[in-house]
Amino acid sequence: MRTPLLLDIAADACPERIALGSRDAGHDFESYRARATQVAAWLSKKGKANTVFLGMNANIMPILLFASGMAGTSFVPLNYRLADLDLNKLVERTAPAVLVVDDEMVGRIVPIDGIELIARSEFENLFMTGGAPKRADLPEAENDIAVLLFTSGTTGEPKAAVLRHANLTSYVMSTVEFLGAGEEEAALISVPSYHIAGISAILTAAYGGRRIVYLPAFTAEDWVATAAAEGITHAMVVPTMLDRILDVMERTGETLPALKALSYGGGKMPEPVIARALAMLPQVAFVNAYGLTETSSTIALLGAEDHRAAFASDDPVVRRRIASVGQPLPSIELEIRREDGTPCEPGEQGEIYVRGDQVSGEYLHKKAISDDGWFATNDAGWLDEGGYLFVDGRLDDVIVRGGENISPGEIEDMLRSFDDIADCAVLGIPCVQWGEKVVAVIVSRSGKPDTDKIAAAVRAKLRSTKTPEQWFQRDVLPYNETGKLLRRVLKAELVKATEQD
Amino acid sequence: MDLKPGSRWKSAVCDTQLVVVRPPQAAGELQCGGTAVLPIDDAATPNGTINPEFAEGVMIGKRYVDETSGLEVLGAKAGNGSLSFNGVAMAIKGAKPLPASD
Repeated sequence: MRTPLLLDIAADACPERIALGSRDAGHDFESYRARATQVAAWLSKKGKANTVFLGMNANIMPILLFASGMAGTSFVPLNYRLADLDLNKLVERTAPAVLVVDDEMVGRIVPIDGIELIARSEFENLFMTGGAPKRADLPEAENDIAVLLFTSGTTGEPKAAVLRHANLTSYVMSTVEFLGAGEEEAALISVPSYHIAGISAILTAAYGGRRIVYLPAFTAEDWVATAAAEGITHAMVVPTMLDRILDVMERTGETLPALKALSYGGGKMPEPVIARALAMLPQVAFVNAYGLTETSSTIALLGAEDHRAAFASDDPVVRRRIASVGQPLPSIELEIRREDGTPCEPGEQGEIYVRGDQVSGEYLHKKAISDDGWFATNDAGWLDEGGYLFVDGRLDDVIVRGGENISPGEIEDMLRSFDDIADCAVLGIPCVQWGEKVVAVIVSRSGKPDTDKIAAAVRAKLRSTKTPEQWFQRDVLPYNETGKLLRRVLKAELVKATEQD
Repeated sequence: MDLKPGSRWKSAVCDTQLVVVRPPQAAGELQCGGTAVLPIDDAATPNGTINPEFAEGVMIGKRYVDETSGLEVLGAKAGNGSLSFNGVAMAIKGAKPLPASD
């Protein structure tokens, strides 16, 4: 099955429903599809293998995604935050391609053979102005690869994760009800165009019949103002966004009465932030979602009822589930395995493995999935007795101290419970005696943290091996734009600093 | 009748439109209102009558399955006929929708 089908059947069923943009001036489903067919006809004539987009979130992004599928090309959104040199290397890897670029970014691209560049303003003049065009007649497309997403490449050359039409449509059809959204529903998309959640949001919204509204780039002020003005009912945010959104709501008194559902993911949400969000947005259903690029987005989720049950419970087993990512989707098989491949017991940490139609587990020229379909996520985690999944972070981030595996997440959660600690990171850095030692980097509200007292509390609650042996202070911690803590950056700095000691 | 995943069909006797989600393991005939369905781009407009044994209707957004063959289809447009595969009524698939996560 191919992704354009999702838009096609929605447009046939509700052509006049608004699909993209504002309530008053947005494109309806028929206009959305018709424009995509016109773009597809244009792409087909160019005859390039890939359709590449470099730019901020905008209505042309979903139109390009569907048009690319209709034309039988692979859609490749690029990360505009990369340095020019790295960006141009990726552009070169997408050749032969049609490249649509935001006008302000055109100057960053070095012209090369095989890349046909068009500025966004010109593209919009061609395809986005005026009333809905007629649908173009298109031959049936046949390529398998719907989307290529370059990984961040923190450990070498970025890899191109392959998402096939079959993976994406399977994800959408097994998680979303066709036209399940009410006509008043609208989703606000603020994750960048090159993130998997940006791709899956387009597909699930089209199939579900839900209007989407874009924030070109995230600021908490714009997010709250747009959500209020557009009657936004659904949104996905990363942890760092949510805290800032709540700050703005508190300052402006905005209550966002239309908002019904907020999902979050892409990093660990501090418990105080989610508790604050639940208190400030009592009408909102919160969903914590866990997924990877290689799994076409969400593979496990903690729903609204789970959130409420966890917060209301005196049972520590149920209570701690607020920090879990819930249960695997019904269409996903999930296992925790030891290093030797044998399955872990409940409560025992290992590597998270998944299998299912939505799991691609594949990079260009390299399959990372086993013959029986299991994909090793490289994430450490464990399941509780009730099958709730706890994700402890990347396997590479687990600290190995004297043969004992220590997860930074558990220690970080504990540190965050201190009022003076605004943010923190726990890392392992090389040490002669233990192989690695546990160190903590904290952002202190007072500027004068009592680390002896904090260390004593950690020792009492966890154990001495999990107690940070060295403490560092920072004004802020480094995050990427989707809220992921840049542990490797921080670790490299600390290793350098401690070597100089 | 090649019921491949993603293929689109329409009823010959009512307004129902369908998308194949999972193909059947063995070839057979997908019927709506008791009559074989037609490819979506077939020029014929619905006529003829709905067999009263297959008149419970197809709902938009619902999935219908034939357990023997594994065939699964999605109701893409509603209609008054109901579905069968080789004359055996298909069952509605009860799946609880998941909350939106992206």
